[in-house]
Amino acid sequence: MQQEVILAMLAKEPSHGYELRARLRQALGPLGDAMNDGHVYVTLTRLEKAGLVTSEQAAGLPDRPDRKVYGLTPAGQERVTGWLAEVSWPKPDLAEFHLKLIAAAAAGLADPLTIVDAQRRELLRRLRDAQRVALGEPDGSAAGLLLEGIVLRLQADLRWLEACERNWTPRKDRS
Amino acid sequence: MSDTGASVLRARGLRKEYGQGEGLVRAVDEVDLDVASGETVAVMGPSGCGKSTLLHLLGGLDRPTGGELWLAGQRLDQMGERALARLRRGAVGFVFQAFHLMDELTAVENVELPALLAGQPARAARRRASALLDRVGLADRAAFLPSALSGGQRQRVAIARALVSEPAVVLADEPTGNLDSQATVEVLRLFEDLHEAGQTLIIVTHDSRIAATADRLISMRDGAFIDETRLTGGSTGNLGSLAGLT
Repeated sequence: MQQEVILAMLAKEPSHGYELRARLRQALGPLGDAMNDGHVYVTLTRLEKAGLVTSEQAAGLPDRPDRKVYGLTPAGQERVTGWLAEVSWPKPDLAEFHLKLIAAAAAGLADPLTIVDAQRRELLRRLRDAQRVALGEPDGSAAGLLLEGIVLRLQADLRWLEACERNWTPRKDRS
Repeated sequence: MSDTGASVLRARGLRKEYGQGEGLVRAVDEVDLDVASGETVAVMGPSGCGKSTLLHLLGGLDRPTGGELWLAGQRLDQMGERALARLRRGAVGFVFQAFHLMDELTAVENVELPALLAGQPARAARRRASALLDRVGLADRAAFLPSALSGGQRQRVAIARALVSEPAVVLADEPTGNLDSQATVEVLRLFEDLHEAGQTLIIVTHDSRIAATADRLISMRDGAFIDETRLTGGSTGNLGSLAGLT
């Protein structure tokens, strides 16, 4: 996960590491289960070294080993503002798959339709998993919205596979 | 688990042809299929690949040109019309893209209709219909006409109707084809529930979300099965990576 995510979570108010962790879990739901608990602390330490956050010892509770409260420095504040304004969207690697089909067909190494079918199987399994988890989320949960995004992207990939299938079907017949 | 169940539906060399000579079209071309009790099977394929025709053959709505077909232990392809109609009423539940509800009947009347036609006492039929509407989350809509229901609600009424005769198999033809994304999720949830309750389901669909609920996915092209995928067994594990978390 990007450092900026942790940084931005501190923009509201200075917080303990465990508070950040709890907020992440809330936002990610079941997807946060795989998250390494140490990740937040490692990131905070790095951010502190980079001068983007400062920490203060707080009068913590005896059962909380973690007594540091982290807050943004002006540089950290600036980074968060820049990050929020940034437009970044993960790019799916469609070109690799596209070129794989072309190379397979050209060399006669594999039937492109077999490759498409294998890819579809994999995507449908992921869709099944994502959907299972999504249906288990209560209406309006933050994690449900994230899962909906995963489902929609998988659906889009599957639609593109249909187009690949259509495209390669007649070529196969001609050969 | 579905793998251990007995075969509810079995087809061997199933064919459906239209026209003749040069114009002969093999809508369904030598299909072999076994569906285990409690299994959900999805059939996907481009328009005109024969998947709807196949579903009609499986449910006895249409007669095969050749091949053998068993449903709930009975051989369908040689059955007389009256016996076939009886089997269809009792052993098969249909769900269609366009719902096919009776406009002048209320939700509960639509659901109980097949039970009444099958000769069940009115009171028992009503009781069962009400229970099914409750199961699909529409107990409070029992007295509504279809025109007063949303698309998703209408399809849920249609699914309740398909279940009223406790069919051995439910056959669904593009059940989400006319639904928006929210209503699709309602129907998805319902199919997942049915699946968990052990209902055998065969779904013909374009919708990858519905297909992904299946245990097994069959791809069909030009009337024939070209690929079969078992979707169950083993999780892909890391959903987080799909969301960019790792």
